[in-house]
Amino acid sequence: MTTTAELDVAAVKADFPIFDRCCDPERPLVFLDSAASSQKPRQVIEAMSEFYETTYANVHRGVYRIAEAATNRMEGARRTVAGFIGAPRPEEIIFTKNATEALNLVARSWGGANLGPGDAVVLTQMEHHANIVPWQILAAEKGFEIRWIPVRPDGHLDLSNLDRLLDGAAMMSVTAMSNVLGTIPPLGSMIAAARAAGALVTLDACQYVPHLPTDVSSLDADFIAFSGHKMLGPTGVGVLWGRTELLEAMPPFLGGGGMILDVTQEGFRADAIPAKFEAGTPPITEIVGLAAAIEYLDGLGMDRVRRHEVSLTAYALRTLTERLGDRLTIHGPSEPADRGGVLSLDLAGVHPHDLSQVLDQHNVCVRPGHHCAKPLMRVLGVGATARASLYVYNDESDVDALADALVDAGEFFAF
Amino acid sequence: MSGLEDLYREIILDHYRTPRNRGKLETPPAHKVEGFNPLCGDEITVYVDTDGDRVTDVRIDGQGCSISQASASMMTNAIKGRSFAEISDLTRAFKSMMSIHENELGGDDGREPEPGSEESVPADEVKLGDLEALRGVVKFPVRIKCATLAWNTLAQAIDEARADDGAPTGSS
Ligand SMILES: Cc1ncc(COP(=O)(O)O)c(C=O)c1O
Repeated sequence: MTTTAELDVAAVKADFPIFDRCCDPERPLVFLDSAASSQKPRQVIEAMSEFYETTYANVHRGVYRIAEAATNRMEGARRTVAGFIGAPRPEEIIFTKNATEALNLVARSWGGANLGPGDAVVLTQMEHHANIVPWQILAAEKGFEIRWIPVRPDGHLDLSNLDRLLDGAAMMSVTAMSNVLGTIPPLGSMIAAARAAGALVTLDACQYVPHLPTDVSSLDADFIAFSGHKMLGPTGVGVLWGRTELLEAMPPFLGGGGMILDVTQEGFRADAIPAKFEAGTPPITEIVGLAAAIEYLDGLGMDRVRRHEVSLTAYALRTLTERLGDRLTIHGPSEPADRGGVLSLDLAGVHPHDLSQVLDQHNVCVRPGHHCAKPLMRVLGVGATARASLYVYNDESDVDALADALVDAGEFFAF
Repeated sequence: MSGLEDLYREIILDHYRTPRNRGKLETPPAHKVEGFNPLCGDEITVYVDTDGDRVTDVRIDGQGCSISQASASMMTNAIKGRSFAEISDLTRAFKSMMSIHENELGGDDGREPEPGSEESVPADEVKLGDLEALRGVVKFPVRIKCATLAWNTLAQAIDEARADDGAPTGSS
């Protein structure tokens, strides 16, 4: 669906109760931390309470009516997720606890069965720890090599040696959008290169699916991981999408109820996908909430969401540079088209932790720290940044409030 | 900006801008311990020279926010030349000002509380001097870890120095 009109941010904002009800009666809440976790619209909160109040029961195997209704809601949600990312089959949608678990599933289950000495997994230097540590844990056990696609000072990947890095690699597992720099790598050409080298592709799409139209078929990846809580949905639910033939060939990840066909004293037979990878009682209500979030985003139109964020990011890059001048470094690509609305800020002479504290006095919420990307911090030569991130409920007034607060912080710490 | 002046007193900003005793000491003889605040990525390295029962010299290296850097800088002034017992009293008094009390110490940094020795001075009788300026930090609970980072790292460095000297480490 292509939408033409622009996003009506005031109307969107009115759907999010927190902006009316939170904390400071005197100053509006300027929420610029959606890259960590987004706020939730009324529609999601209500869908979850309505489900608890009218339909809640454990899923699968229940015979009574609400158990069946709950199962139907969950399986309906699976179809909603599949539709949202263009997955050919709903069974390819595995519900996990979050993106971290989804990435661990790929490493442990696919990697555990397929990687050994002499193999290589290719990552980038701008990965979140969730797409580093699972591979490192496995590498320590299996003895394969981890190779790193470098990040250039301008925030883009250095792809000049990509073919060499991919030579002999079994997997390329990369972020689809950096949670620190906002960088959106040239996924098309990178994935084509991985294919040519015979490597599979995993995308950490935690920061991508919430912000850009996503179509797994045209992306041509093999696995995609994301979290519900960064896309207006609740915490406690994440998604792994994978190709049927890969998922079917992989051994189970967690064992327990819900994932077996049969268990004897001698052993077990795993169920078909998706059940094989969904051991234990799933986060049923959260899955219902995620479907409501997706319906909400669909209603806005993801191409409209993306356009809004590109234009707001352009406004932010321009405004912050004008107001703060050379004193402010904004890490990451300078072209809004190459990035998402994640702005890692460095105000000379003011440590990110102090900066965020001053911003909080303005009720401006940003996040200081390493953003779970310590290898990238080392490449950038910083210990931490203060990160402001934009989403559907943000508009130019939020950026202006951020700029005011930054100017204030600059004066407070002037020396 | 209401409240911020309590946190960022002028003397804190002064220590942040011109940190005292910054740098490294040669190891050995110095003992070197690194401390991390995983929350914000602050990293601090404490170097101490000891003579068996006192800290004869100290240096701080690493990076961090104004609170962790100023706390570290003031700490170095406060402890240089002081005996381990005096430093232990000072640490307890400082942590008490940060509302971390002896019986909570184990919970805060994973270390056993110091057994009360006869010389130990009650926390409220220890003179904190410039360190008093950090009192405002208590109102900003997430920042307490910034203020205590250098102190926890120092305690570890002193423990290591004492262990190397064959002296009792003070923690049982
Ligand atoms: C790029 C990226 N990958 C992975 C994660 C991990 O997400 P979660 O903590 O929801 O598992 C995050 C979020 O923190 C992220 O931004």
